[in-house]
Amino acid sequence: MNAPAVLVEHLSAGYHGRPVLRDVTFAAAPGQTVCVLGPNGGGKTTLFRALVGELQPVTGRVELSGRPAYVAQTDRTRLDFPVSALDVALMGALAHGRWWLPPRRADRDAARAALWRVGLADEAGTAFGELSGGQRQRALLARALVQDAPVLLLDEPLAGVDPASAQLIDEVFAQLRAEGRTLLVSSHDVEGARGFDLVLCLNGRQVAFGPPAEALDRATIEATYGRELIVLDETGAARAVTIQHHDHGHGEP
Amino acid sequence: MSGIELRATLEIVLAGGFCGALGFWVLSERLAYAGESLSHGLLPGLVLAALAGAPLLLGAAGGALVAAGLIAVAARDPRVGPDTGTAVAVTGLVGLGSLLALVPDAPQRLEELLFGDPLGASDGDLAAAATLLLAGGAALAALRRPLTATSFDPAGVSALGVRPGLVRIALLGMMAAAIAVAVQGLGALLVLAVLVAPPVAVRRHVRTPGAAMLAGAAVAGAAGVAGIQLSALAGSAAGASVALVLCATAGVGAVLPGRAT
Repeated sequence: MNAPAVLVEHLSAGYHGRPVLRDVTFAAAPGQTVCVLGPNGGGKTTLFRALVGELQPVTGRVELSGRPAYVAQTDRTRLDFPVSALDVALMGALAHGRWWLPPRRADRDAARAALWRVGLADEAGTAFGELSGGQRQRALLARALVQDAPVLLLDEPLAGVDPASAQLIDEVFAQLRAEGRTLLVSSHDVEGARGFDLVLCLNGRQVAFGPPAEALDRATIEATYGRELIVLDETGAARAVTIQHHDHGHGEP
Repeated sequence: MSGIELRATLEIVLAGGFCGALGFWVLSERLAYAGESLSHGLLPGLVLAALAGAPLLLGAAGGALVAAGLIAVAARDPRVGPDTGTAVAVTGLVGLGSLLALVPDAPQRLEELLFGDPLGASDGDLAAAATLLLAGGAALAALRRPLTATSFDPAGVSALGVRPGLVRIALLGMMAAAIAVAVQGLGALLVLAVLVAPPVAVRRHVRTPGAAMLAGAAVAGAAGVAGIQLSALAGSAAGASVALVLCATAGVGAVLPGRAT
């Protein structure tokens, strides 16, 4: 493998000194996609917060090839805050420094190009809160594109989005991968994880890591999801869906 | 308009211009209660400055510093809870301030300290208000982008290289400075009106943080002019008149149909 874009060794991370995620070790090369599977509370968001640097590891270490872009779940943003889709995309330019000055023309051009790339060119002036759930997710993805990061962390980007948005987001993922960027995507979609290069299964600890064909066996899925799992085909190779116990409010307005 | 009224209007317009703009961020970061606590809690500092014949600005700044520290300690006690701890600390500070102000040989200024006296604005007060508007305005302009990103997406802003903790500390610092200056015109009990009422009035009618700041500053300035005029016509207390006009404007703005979501 090339020099890894993401290297995590024996990571334990948590809150107030108490780990909620233990002993995670994996690496991903530039251009690889990693699906992070796990139940609610399994440690997916904690892993991302440790990778962003928001949480200091309790033990272990994290190395990235550059500051990552982080696309949080849209329900963690303020829908009533007065910003447009273009304003949101422009926030990605903060990562380039000069935060005390107005955005440069090049930043604005990059933000407009990013919105065009995610299919939101016509919605540049629309208030973020007036966008549909899928469009909001795409606006946040545009912000990550403007950031121009080598590693992107996406927290359940396809949860609750409309099919058209999901297809656009998938297309952008393919482009980013072709550009040599590393994508870590958290998800509950066990079957969708088979389309990624690598799968990392978490349930408070690392259950498995590797190519989907090797990692996603029935024992691993059951150890990852426990009672949140429904096996659709008892005779097949662990075709499964997970039960969602929460509502992040991703539905279309 | 008399010279005294002109100075009072200038004092409110200058300090209010900054407070009205800053208020948008105070509301966005849900710091209205913190602002109220700080403005009430600095009363002992104001009284001590009045007793010692020192500039009230100095007393307000010192009082705000002590109040912020005490509130921070009280709010951290898990046995009591942050809201209750803050309420107890602030009530204690107001009690202490009143006690100091009511000692037999104290100057008769408790009313001014509680309700403000814009008609008594000195050259020093005007200079402090002008400095607040210029320096605070420059700081707000410089911090606009990090503030916007932090308020919009507190979960994702760290990845943009913004440190939300530092942004909030800067915001609290600006709020403390604004209160320390504006409290001389509007008093410890009424000063919060100029921080909170303008953003409430404009919040639902703007589409960008920049527009919210400019509109908030304009509303605070206009309410200052109207309040001083109302006071002159009705013979009412100037600080209270300005506060009432500000709150009435907030009520109208909140009721009118909004543009933004």
